[in-house]
Amino acid sequence: MNSSYWNKVAQALRRDPVAMAAAALLALLLLAAWAAPWIAPADPYHGSMLHRLQPLGATGHWLGTDELGRDMLSRLLYGARLSLLIGVVPVAAAFVLGTVIGLFAGYVGGAANTLIMRTLDVFYAFPSVLLAVAIAGALGPGLSNSLLALTLVFVPQVVRVAESVTTQVRNLDYVEAARMSGAGSLRILREQILGNVLGPIFVYATGLLSVSMILGSGLSFLGLGVKPPEPEWGLMLNTLRSAIYLNPWIAALPGAMIFFTSIAFNLLADGVRSALELRA
Amino acid sequence: MNTPPDTVHQDRGGPAQPLLQVHKLKKYFPVRTGGWLRQPSYVHAVDEVSFSVAKGQTLGIVGESGCGKSTTARLVARLLPPDSGKLVFDGEGVAEFRGLALRDFRRNLQMVFQDSYASLNPRLTAAQSIAFGPRVHGVTAHAAQQLAESLLARVGLEPRQFAARYPHELSGGQRQRVNIARALAFDPRLLILDEAVAALDKSVQAQVLNLLQELKAERALTYLFISHDLHVVHYLSDQVMVMYLGQVVEIGPVRRIYDTPQHPYTRALLSATPSLDPARRTLQPPLQGDPPNPIDPAPGCRFRTRCAHAQAVCQERAPELLPCGDAPSHQVACHMQQPGSGDSQAVAVPEFVPMALATGGHA
Repeated sequence: MNSSYWNKVAQALRRDPVAMAAAALLALLLLAAWAAPWIAPADPYHGSMLHRLQPLGATGHWLGTDELGRDMLSRLLYGARLSLLIGVVPVAAAFVLGTVIGLFAGYVGGAANTLIMRTLDVFYAFPSVLLAVAIAGALGPGLSNSLLALTLVFVPQVVRVAESVTTQVRNLDYVEAARMSGAGSLRILREQILGNVLGPIFVYATGLLSVSMILGSGLSFLGLGVKPPEPEWGLMLNTLRSAIYLNPWIAALPGAMIFFTSIAFNLLADGVRSALELRA
Repeated sequence: MNTPPDTVHQDRGGPAQPLLQVHKLKKYFPVRTGGWLRQPSYVHAVDEVSFSVAKGQTLGIVGESGCGKSTTARLVARLLPPDSGKLVFDGEGVAEFRGLALRDFRRNLQMVFQDSYASLNPRLTAAQSIAFGPRVHGVTAHAAQQLAESLLARVGLEPRQFAARYPHELSGGQRQRVNIARALAFDPRLLILDEAVAALDKSVQAQVLNLLQELKAERALTYLFISHDLHVVHYLSDQVMVMYLGQVVEIGPVRRIYDTPQHPYTRALLSATPSLDPARRTLQPPLQGDPPNPIDPAPGCRFRTRCAHAQAVCQERAPELLPCGDAPSHQVACHMQQPGSGDSQAVAVPEFVPMALATGGHA
């Protein structure tokens, strides 16, 4: 890969206001998650039952309190740490793993392709929630196991996208020309094919970030992932669901955080995709 | 470049040795029709095609779409593995025991494709596309870049203006020049041009053709020029090969093929090109219908279903490609041209007439 191409991509991305706004929001969120111990107004683990389910704008609790009287703002700030981790790590791992497998399957084709794709179709047959629950259940509870379970859920999906774009690109004349140069398969994959397939795979993977966050919280709810009292948006959403009739705004807050974060991820992904297209 | 003696590109066989000899090249593509337990059918894309190209010459390959021209090119370039058949490059068998290694063969042979856009990587600049090949063969990035710029200049693209451009920033003609420059970067001896000018408009086509002529003289190149455009083939070729449904029907020097075509298909093809002379206006289409299905063709001559001269013998036996008339280099696969074939228009060969008389006098 060459630097001038990526410079151009970065330039195009900087000119995209929507992508930049999304990036700014994500940067802010990342910063807030990192700085949570210093900027959080209260302890996220301790609350007072006397002050449970305070409404928005209550004195001392800007965003109210949860069902155990803990400060919502503090919990949301701390929750960003785990939620971003659960959103990003499995997707990043699946992106790398799935791209490698998909590139191989797509480039080699033939029997190897059939073997790989049919094997992954077995995973594909289960709904992702069920699959995540099954794997996490088999591995046992814990954060790292739920990250692993989510990775395994996403790998077949990424492979499928990677395989299909690679198959499209593989038969183009410039790949044939590269083969005629006597270059090895690895070099052709790296220098001629990778740059042309990474865009679609990347965009697909970023779409999985929000799914990963939500699936991760589902696992936590079932006691297979993050356990209470750890602050995590999905888990908070689940524990607050009983309060939805008493104080719907508070119950909606973690959901809103998941919503805005995944929108920001998706918009940034769209921006990156159009930047990768590199059309004037 | 002052490198040690080039063992890859050197002339081995001498001037009399054809640069490329193709012997009975065959490629069938399986097609799945209906249920799986049924006998598979095959598209006879290239069926026992043999030809040779002399050094410094251009062999033009013509034929309708689907006749196997491009498959032949891909088989020669070894982009497709042939089912059977042999390639001999400058006297050495390709990819055989004690023969020429495939990697060295490929450096001697390059290909320019029809689709100038699809044949350039959209993520690479013109110079990067050209420099890729030399870098694969161990040239440093800097030297490869310089080579790319000098080649761009040679094909008529000012490097300062065009080296950093991406394919979508170039016109069709410019892209095809980049493709030619990329092929030249290997210093090949044989260049396969697969419909390389077909997608360009006429004025650009002429420029690219002239460039190809110059490069051929300058670098002692040999061309395999594939086209459906008979004018272009006439302009560029020394030898012409006419293909029909995966087989060679006629091959010979360009002048003989265009002046005295022997095969009815070649005649039909040539009369299909519009003449500029109003007196020679073609009123009847010389050839009607489409070529028959190339899946498992029936025995006999493959052209007989569209041939005005078809007879019983055409259905019984496929005609062989044999020299016709006084020029051994002009070969045709038609019973009419082959004495003793049983065709009513062929010269009969009574047993008591010496062969020399029969073949010498009447052709």
